[in-house]
Amino acid sequence: MAFSAFATGTAREQVPRRKSRVALLLLLPGILYLVLFFLVPLVSLVITSLQAPSAFGDVGSYQTAFNWNNYVVSITQYGDQIVRSFFYAVLATVFALLFSYPLAYFIGVTARPWPLLQNLMLVLVIAPFFISFLLRTLAWKSLLSDESGFVTGLKALSLLAPDAHITGTPVAVVFGLTYNFIPFMTLPLYAALERLDTQYLEAGSDLYARPSTVFRKVTIPLSMPGIVSGVLLTFIPAAGDYVNASREFLGGTGTAMMGNVIESNFLILLNYPAAASLSIILMVVILAIVTAYVRRSGTEDLL
Amino acid sequence: MTVQEGLVIASAADAPHPPRARRAQFSLGSWLLPVYTALALIFLLIPIAYTFVFSFNNSLKSNISWRGFTLDNWTNVCNAQDVCAAFGNSILIGVVATVVATALGTAIAIALVRYRFRFRSAISLLLFLPMATPEVVLGAGLASEFLGAGVQKGIGTIIVAHIMFCISFVVVTVKARVSSLDPALEEAGRDLYGSPAQVFWRITFPLLLPGIIAAALLSFALSFDDFIITSFNSGSATTFPKFVYISAARGIPAEANVIASAVFLLAIVLVIGQQVTAASRRKRLTRVG
Amino acid sequence: MATAAFAEAGADLELVGVHKRFPGFTAIEDLSLTIPAGSFFALLGPSGCGKTTTLRLVAGLEEATAGRILIGGKDVTDTKPFQRPVNTVFQSYALFPHMSIIENVAFGLRRRRIADATAKAHEALSLVELDHLATRRPSQLSGGQQQRVALARAIVNRPALLLLDEPLGALDLKLRRQMQLELKSIQEEVGLTFLHVTHDQEEAMTMADTVAVMNKGQIEQLGAPEVLYELPRTAFVANFLGQSNLFTGPVADTTADSISVNIAGSKIVVPRARAKRHSGQVTIGVRPEKLSLHLTAPEKTAETNVLGPGRVIDVSFSGVSSQYIVAVPGLGSIIVFAQNMGAGPMAPEGAETWVSWKVEHGFGLEDEASAAPRFTADDDTATIAVQKKRALMSELEEA
Repeated sequence: MAFSAFATGTAREQVPRRKSRVALLLLLPGILYLVLFFLVPLVSLVITSLQAPSAFGDVGSYQTAFNWNNYVVSITQYGDQIVRSFFYAVLATVFALLFSYPLAYFIGVTARPWPLLQNLMLVLVIAPFFISFLLRTLAWKSLLSDESGFVTGLKALSLLAPDAHITGTPVAVVFGLTYNFIPFMTLPLYAALERLDTQYLEAGSDLYARPSTVFRKVTIPLSMPGIVSGVLLTFIPAAGDYVNASREFLGGTGTAMMGNVIESNFLILLNYPAAASLSIILMVVILAIVTAYVRRSGTEDLL
Repeated sequence: MTVQEGLVIASAADAPHPPRARRAQFSLGSWLLPVYTALALIFLLIPIAYTFVFSFNNSLKSNISWRGFTLDNWTNVCNAQDVCAAFGNSILIGVVATVVATALGTAIAIALVRYRFRFRSAISLLLFLPMATPEVVLGAGLASEFLGAGVQKGIGTIIVAHIMFCISFVVVTVKARVSSLDPALEEAGRDLYGSPAQVFWRITFPLLLPGIIAAALLSFALSFDDFIITSFNSGSATTFPKFVYISAARGIPAEANVIASAVFLLAIVLVIGQQVTAASRRKRLTRVG
Repeated sequence: MATAAFAEAGADLELVGVHKRFPGFTAIEDLSLTIPAGSFFALLGPSGCGKTTTLRLVAGLEEATAGRILIGGKDVTDTKPFQRPVNTVFQSYALFPHMSIIENVAFGLRRRRIADATAKAHEALSLVELDHLATRRPSQLSGGQQQRVALARAIVNRPALLLLDEPLGALDLKLRRQMQLELKSIQEEVGLTFLHVTHDQEEAMTMADTVAVMNKGQIEQLGAPEVLYELPRTAFVANFLGQSNLFTGPVADTTADSISVNIAGSKIVVPRARAKRHSGQVTIGVRPEKLSLHLTAPEKTAETNVLGPGRVIDVSFSGVSSQYIVAVPGLGSIIVFAQNMGAGPMAPEGAETWVSWKVEHGFGLEDEASAAPRFTADDDTATIAVQKKRALMSELEEA
């Protein structure tokens, strides 16, 4: 699965021995494509982020410049959204991890004697992938709306103030982010736990460790590659997401994230330098976090 | 016996725990996890069930509150013409992007595992980065490139974008398959008088095929469901997710639920069918062996 | 295709000054070797000694850094594997998992467009007694069956040279013995040249006409199994092929047909013909089963060597025979194998004993004396273990 992309440290690597022009032929088209449509766009973003408004003052028209100030403006103007993005993403990642670990453990370890059940449960975990991301989120919007049975029920039980809402609040946005990225967390966890040799657990308990100690000292360290890759696969898209936080979906006036401001600046306000500088900030912060995190958790062999 | 039970029994045999605590742990370990798993899976399926149920809603313009059961939405999907057109675009884009990305990615995966070359780590990084970059950045970057180059955005630019983000996923998926392929199989092919082309088409390719198919399905799924990158690079062209996004403000027609539900059912049937055939093959193998 | 016809018989294999360097290490250094047609040749050595690389060079799966490879007198150094009249039985068998057994066996024939490929494949499968499984997939076969299919897939092509890359390594002991016999009889039946790579000395000795012991990319010694065992030339061969007791000392005396070496004060005589070095520090050896154990000092004659007295520090009983470790002061430990003629071992632990052997059984190594392992009282694990045990016992007694 692609989801273990971040944690291939344990896979046995063959030592390639052949050196050939064939390799070049195989690599060239794909690599060229990525250079052209991934690297060049990043460079283009950097250039755009430094542009200044054109002399004629038309909306959406800019000229090449070295306008560092764009970054300062973006950070001061959108400081709230930047902080909020990472705060929401961290919360969603933690919740998704807490939600997924027992689930992945049950599927990957407990259910091992029944492979068909294992596979069925895996299908259910990835089932949300098969239905549009947007429709899923809209479904939650309806289910959590003020008229929904859930909310009226909570209000009837006085668990929620009569004038309170769920949709449009940070709670709903973090909930939506968590829900939408749970499979990204569960699958790599499953992949790591499925490989876990239960003899290690038995050895742990044989050597006088209580179940909780075995879990802490054996299970968690051995599933670390899965945790690392799950955390990254959840955190990155969550930090850049703008669907959950947008007002048409689960968000409200005070929930906009970086994705929302990038989208509105690029597609509506046509303020390309602002959108580009925000994108670069997002990318740099995420790469910094990813690098630091991967270094610390010791799975540096990325792809 | 579950692993938890095994663990608890094994540790209980070490005796420091009093008997009562042992039994409490036993029942906790054996019941809590399955119940939790069942609830968690149900939770994951709630929005899907909602979407499915509301595809039968006798809705007027917006499909928010329940107005009674009807099959009309299913029988006349293309009544909502925009939905059908958007869906057709999504299929077209998905197919083209999948074919190209799978071909490019498979070639890279083979080269990465089987050949030695310079700039290896740079290439690995280039393949890894698109997966570690938030979609907004990918979308905005491409859009700004197109803007600078004066390219008219439309279905073509969406395809270009989708190929780009699918390649890395194809590489990862196929690479796993290539790595698990015993190089001795290809060597045996060469040893048994197979020319390089014969070895590739008769041995390597058929053995990689499951991985390639998995990569293609993943690509199609990613492309079909992509909204963020698409929205930056679509211009006036619409895809199914973009249509949903645009109509979210004024209400989604129930036909959108129909299409999503149909795609969902098709995918589930495909996956479960594959699982069942794989399981029955396994069973046959064990019976014979 | 280079070879459209079957090879008539096995062909000579000749390696001339072959080198193979990988980035970072040298796998094979200046290897020259001739394997006569129709022989069963074993390359024996520890893992990493270069034996598998040699095999892959012959198969064409690796390119030699320098040197030539000739098969049947024809230089094949620059040809691709599919152009060489050579087939390999791979260590992992490498049966194509997506093809049936018969398709696997017929694969090579089809590539060479040989008529009646299927019929010939069935014939080959019958030879290994697996024709009834022709339609199965490899995964449905047991390890031993897969091994035989791999063999059939290779010999059906009648290669001039068949390469076997530890093909029995994955089988359990009983099956391995059975397959060794089968392989040997098939080789005699089809008359091909077999080149067998293995790290199992017993396997090499039972199957091969000629064994080459390889170490660190070079051949240490080559010859018939009996010769190799009886007259090892180096300490490596003496210890890799069976066990040996080796002693180092200066040559004290030489006669026309023998040399005598001063080992810890005793004069040990070795036939001149069986000693590679005749002066200075030399290492001599004797196999453990050639030694006799004595509870009283035996008389030293011209035909026997005697060492001792020493003390039995360990006895391990294994039914037919027992292994004794005798510690001789100033010499280290000597291993003795003796058949159990009476009831139980013939000397108890702690007994004072002498060992003797016939002069004709000793051998002298070619190695520089310093290269030979010298057993001293405390670097031998057996001795250390026994000393520990002693110490513990005495401590317990005191307590």
